[in-house]
Amino acid sequence: MTPARSQESGARSQNKASAGLLSLDSCLLSPFSRGHLYARKLAWIFLALLLLAALFPDRIAGASYAHQFRDFPGAPISWRFPLGTDALGRDRLARLLAATRISLLLAPAAALFSTALATLIGGIAGYRGGLFDRIAVRAIDLMLSLPWIFLLIAARALLPLNVSPSVSLLIAFALLGALGWAAPARVIRAGVRDMRNSDFLLQARACGCVGFRLLLRQLAPNLKPVLLAQFWTSIPLFILSEANLGLLGLGVSDPLPSWGNLLRELETNLAFNPGIVACLALMLAVLGCFRLVLPKSTS
Amino acid sequence: MPALKHLAHLLVSLAVTALIGAFLTAALVRLSPGFGVDEHELDPTRDAPALRALQAARPEQGSFLAYAVRHTAAMLRGDLGVSRNWHRPVADLLRERWPVTAQLMAVGILGGWALALVFALPGAIHPSRIWDALAAGISGLLLCVPSAALALLIFLYAGPVRAAMALAVFPRVFQYLRNLLSHAAAQPHVMAARARGIGSGRILLWHIVPLAAPQALALAGVSVSMAFGAAIAVEVVCDFPGIGQLAWKAALARDLPLLVTLTMLVALATQLANALPGMLPVKGGEMRI
Repeated sequence: MTPARSQESGARSQNKASAGLLSLDSCLLSPFSRGHLYARKLAWIFLALLLLAALFPDRIAGASYAHQFRDFPGAPISWRFPLGTDALGRDRLARLLAATRISLLLAPAAALFSTALATLIGGIAGYRGGLFDRIAVRAIDLMLSLPWIFLLIAARALLPLNVSPSVSLLIAFALLGALGWAAPARVIRAGVRDMRNSDFLLQARACGCVGFRLLLRQLAPNLKPVLLAQFWTSIPLFILSEANLGLLGLGVSDPLPSWGNLLRELETNLAFNPGIVACLALMLAVLGCFRLVLPKSTS
Repeated sequence: MPALKHLAHLLVSLAVTALIGAFLTAALVRLSPGFGVDEHELDPTRDAPALRALQAARPEQGSFLAYAVRHTAAMLRGDLGVSRNWHRPVADLLRERWPVTAQLMAVGILGGWALALVFALPGAIHPSRIWDALAAGISGLLLCVPSAALALLIFLYAGPVRAAMALAVFPRVFQYLRNLLSHAAAQPHVMAARARGIGSGRILLWHIVPLAAPQALALAGVSVSMAFGAAIAVEVVCDFPGIGQLAWKAALARDLPLLVTLTMLVALATQLANALPGMLPVKGGEMRI
């Protein structure tokens, strides 16, 4: 190992030492915090089990989400259809599981994309400063000044509406990922600006570590808690936004299921329907679990 | 003098936003698919000479730059254009619909803040884990329900649909307000006041509220944006003829002139709402959250 590399790794090890202090803190938790830890573990287990079930919706429900039981349109809850069927005779359990799979797989993908975009824009703006920083800040302010759902609707309208269901699915989540960078970028920019003049970066620069190497080897590992927090915060926001878009008819189009278009049944099915309430309850449970598994600093 | 400087900065910022917004509006309308195409041209019964006559009768739009300058100038004069879907001036549509949205937003902001204060204040005066858990549980639950589903559920159970606005704004305001108040309540001078036996009401009014007031006012500005977001969903599912519903219909009909004009106006309104609290002569202490 060259001296420069060893000094770089020395700078990183200082941060690991502070992480060690954190783990010591976790040994001294109050009963309330310990309860929160147990709840977090339970939330992880619930999400993992749900994802496992959602990966094989046909096996669990016994039918595809698009299969129509034409003799049973609007069937109530029964052993055969645990959540009943919708107006077109499709098994609601199969649709709910398929919608869960879509949300649990694509919302994190969109969150990853938006966090990467935010890291790029916020990181460069915070590190370089100057004109790029001013332009980035103005763009962030402009994006954040628009209500989120309005921004989504406006951007969705600029894209084709008459597309196949799978394309509408990709458009919905790509839009969430592409538009959701502003708030994380502001946090990341602030984090990078704080670090820009720190001793360990000065030491790394003095060792000849510059450019992307500095960003990747020094800044990124130290920004990891911020990036993880932004990533985890984005997931429930994107799930909720997709549901809102779906309820407004601008999300994933039929026959592909999503939580948004499953909840749209509330508009036409005004009587109390346990099947639809189950969709809402599962959505609440998943979003609640995501809030529980958020890193403590963000929750 | 600093107030005048701040006001001048705000006005310049709003003017720049309006100019950028107007230019972007022009760009999006000009570059949108189907711009300048008369729907009569899609009529298959018309022959080539009839189509040529239609195209000749259409007013010349000129180059993109000329169009953008003309459009921006028109917007700055107050001419917001004509909706493609409704075939009516956008200004007329906005004039008809803004009272509905304003009323809904007022219900949302006032109701949401009232609920947030009801849940946040007791926690700040007498911190209690049970109350905190209850308040966090209720707000967390409401935060996980899409605003549109909330409005539909209230409608389903024959409740006051406008309450959905308050319930949608409440959890978003509550989280910030609780943090603000509890941090203000944990400041050393507040603890000293408690130690001297000053009453809770007096501590709240004289020590906690003044400290949290500037940030709370900034939050009030941000809650305008939150309320407008909730109003879109509530207006759509409950068929309230407001600006949110107009935006949604414009999106479905790809009525770009209307949608981009709305985008510009909403951006201006929210920037103004965010900037106004900074103009008010409210002084508070330094507090990091």
